Amino acid sequence: MSSTVALPAHNTSSASRDILHSLLRVGLLPLLLLIVVVGTSLMSPYFLGWLNVLNILRMASFLAIIACGQALVIIAGGFDLSVGAVVALSSVVTAKVMAALSTALGGPELLVAVLGVLAGLGSGFAIGLFNGLCVSRLKVSGFVVTLGTMSATAGIGLLLTNGIPVYGMPNSFVKAIGRSQVLGFPIAIYIGLAIVMVIAFVQRRTLFGRYVYAIGGNQEAAVVSGVSIRRHLVGTYVLSGVLAALVGILLTALVGSGQATLGGDTMMLQSIAAAVIGGVSLRGGIGRVEVVAVAALFLTILSNALNLLHVDSRLQPIFLGLIMVVAVALDEFSRRRMSSV
Amino acid sequence: MTTAEGSGAPKDTAEPLLVLSNITKRFPGVLALDGVDLDVRAGELHVLFGENGAGKSTLINVISGTFPPSSGSFRFAGRDVGELSPSEARTIGISPVFQEFSLVPSLTVEENLFLGRESATGGFLDTRAMRHRARELIDELGFDLDPKARVDRLSRAHQQMAEIAKALLGKVKLLILDEPTASLTERETGRLFELIAKLKSQGVGIIYVSHRMREIRALADRVTVLRDGRHIKTLKAATVTDGELVELMTGRRIDVLFPTITHTPGTPAIEVENLTTADGQVAGVDFVARAGEITGIAGLVGCGKSELVRAIYGIEPVAEGTVRLRGETIEKLDPRSSLRRGVAYFPASRGAEGLALTRPIRENVSMAALDLPRYQRGGVIRQFAERALVKPIMETLKLRPPNIERAVGNLSGGNRQKVMLGRAMARDLDIFLFDEPSVGIDVGAKVEVYEFIKRLVEQGAAVVVVSSELPEVLALSNRLYVMHHGKIAALLEGDQRTEQNVLSSFFEEEKREKAA
Ligand SMILES: Nc1ncnc2c1ncn2[C@@H]1O[C@H](COP(=O)(O)OP(=O)(O)OP(=O)(O)O)[C@@H](O)[C@H]1O
Ligand SMILES: [Mg+2]
Repeated sequence: MSSTVALPAHNTSSASRDILHSLLRVGLLPLLLLIVVVGTSLMSPYFLGWLNVLNILRMASFLAIIACGQALVIIAGGFDLSVGAVVALSSVVTAKVMAALSTALGGPELLVAVLGVLAGLGSGFAIGLFNGLCVSRLKVSGFVVTLGTMSATAGIGLLLTNGIPVYGMPNSFVKAIGRSQVLGFPIAIYIGLAIVMVIAFVQRRTLFGRYVYAIGGNQEAAVVSGVSIRRHLVGTYVLSGVLAALVGILLTALVGSGQATLGGDTMMLQSIAAAVIGGVSLRGGIGRVEVVAVAALFLTILSNALNLLHVDSRLQPIFLGLIMVVAVALDEFSRRRMSSV
Repeated sequence: MTTAEGSGAPKDTAEPLLVLSNITKRFPGVLALDGVDLDVRAGELHVLFGENGAGKSTLINVISGTFPPSSGSFRFAGRDVGELSPSEARTIGISPVFQEFSLVPSLTVEENLFLGRESATGGFLDTRAMRHRARELIDELGFDLDPKARVDRLSRAHQQMAEIAKALLGKVKLLILDEPTASLTERETGRLFELIAKLKSQGVGIIYVSHRMREIRALADRVTVLRDGRHIKTLKAATVTDGELVELMTGRRIDVLFPTITHTPGTPAIEVENLTTADGQVAGVDFVARAGEITGIAGLVGCGKSELVRAIYGIEPVAEGTVRLRGETIEKLDPRSSLRRGVAYFPASRGAEGLALTRPIRENVSMAALDLPRYQRGGVIRQFAERALVKPIMETLKLRPPNIERAVGNLSGGNRQKVMLGRAMARDLDIFLFDEPSVGIDVGAKVEVYEFIKRLVEQGAAVVVVSSELPEVLALSNRLYVMHHGKIAALLEGDQRTEQNVLSSFFEEEKREKAA
């Protein structure tokens, strides 16, 4: 056929398009990361300083942990706006419980610390459970439910502290969790890595992960296939709440006091940004946490760079916003390329 | 339509309405169209025929401006067409009816009909005029469709009607129908055919895609066979036999479509007594399906036949009545426990309830089986077992292209249906509820599906087949229920099972209702 003559030409053009395409999918993020790292290190001598690197990695771990939970919720077709507030609440709860137990028991610091941590995680669990139950039973959209709990949770945090930092945690807790290092790296980094790896495994290899994809991909299909929607939806919100609470605890140990101002809206927005830039589709059903973690690293480095380059702090949110819009647009663009009819 | 002027006599000298030459369309990793030529004349019905994934819908999408071809030239009504957007296509008179619908679910039928071409004065919608026009059009088509109904509340068949109405609203020069009858029953199909005849006599060119030989026989002037994205041959319909067409399409011969099935009816597997669904679509139905035989359910669109099986599976809320599975009365019907009890359900609407389009085929197929200990241990999926499960299943169903890691959204319509079938094969089940099992799949795959059903039954499973395609239910079932307006109109057994009897039981029921 005559078409065979013309074929090679199409081959190459579409091959290059395929390359562009896969670049858009996976390659863009590492590329951006590289550009920011190289650019900033050329412009600022402090950027690659060991202390700054550690700081970046620590902050990126915090963001990555929260963004992992957020990503799962979004993949299942939901939204969790309450994560930032949960960070604050768990910080306050942890510090208060530890302080109270220290004075009441005066007892072994380990016991006090463990109970405090459990209380902090418990507060995240409770908020997540509430979110999940409202979404799955009352069929209210996740956006609305978590908007409500975000406001309520932040309120509780303030109520508990009156805005004053809570001191009185056992010293050993602050030292062990907040300040100590293993092989030269803060513990938070190991925790962050472990969590990303575990959740990546969960996504790929467990029923829970698979069902979360299925529910986000097509809820009706999942119902017909006998998947329990409620249980898995609740699961994503609970996980998101607990992970946010964990970050709250890590931050508390780092700063040495419980504060209702930790986390907050910035953290929540950044977690959504990391998820979206990391390729999680807001329509559900798509996304991998390891990519989200890279996106969290990217965002952290970006804001660190902006700081080092003395960019006005009021301009920084504008950058973040623009980057997020561009990421979503790229996502749409690549989807259009593959779009099915 | 016996007059020859305009339609019958091919106007070979005049330029055809549509001329495509050397059209190529490439998707990432797939060459969907490979140098295809096609011409359609005014007043002609041109059938596109080919296996699932042959490229029919892709060709249609190119013609209707959904996406541009990678290369090739395109002339319409004597002019070269360059870049074409869907709305431009409509303006120049190309009206497509898509296989996967293009309706906005949250809007009403009427709003959908006029979407993008609303009549308005000074920015205000002229609702009254649009309502009037919609009503007029639907009446003219003879569809039983409410213009004010929201599309997502409609059955697949009614959505199909809305889609057809939408295509016919404007000025049409080339009408494209991609498997329009896939979920219609005899009555609506009849109406559609009358309409097609009328349009042909008005000089409208029609491209028609179908996997049903009967329709091709009844309608086609010429047939173009596509295989693997390539133009194989264009033939005059009058001079070609079904066998030849199928052979051109598949590259092999298929002699019998329906297998001979030995039914060995055993104990009742499903017993339904006085069942009424919450929405009243099923009203006081008694129904029995036995192991080792196929029980068919036929009926017109909206008669409640799908709702009946959906209620048995536990998707449709039940108001009253009892369901017994293998003699055990089921208190609470829900999909999860139905699966556990060995009941499988194949939804007719693969888009809405069937598939997670962004996920790979593998995940969609294994979705209903993963909780079995064979495929997971302590919640951790055994990937090897999963792959070993899915791969052979999709091989038997002849998935095209045979890659189970592709996202379902990239598959052709028929291949999506195969994924649905694959899902129920993934679990050891012994009660099967098929709702329109062969919608949109090609002749070769139909044979596979029928063979599959035959195997199930002969191994002693209880199979229920709900179908709008009469020849299909007649050939497959051992006992055939005919439903009408939510009630059982007749139960036909043995040689009572004829097309004549099914149709007359509709009419009798209709008369009885009128009298009452
Ligand atoms: N958006 C897409 N991205 C990637 N591949 C696609 C896309 N759309 C279709 N394909 C592939 O192109 C080929 C042709 O698909 P098409 O939908 O045209 O088939 P078809 O002839 O309409 O089949 P059916 O009878 O099943 O509807 C298939 O291999 C399909 O997987
Ligand atoms: Mg198709």
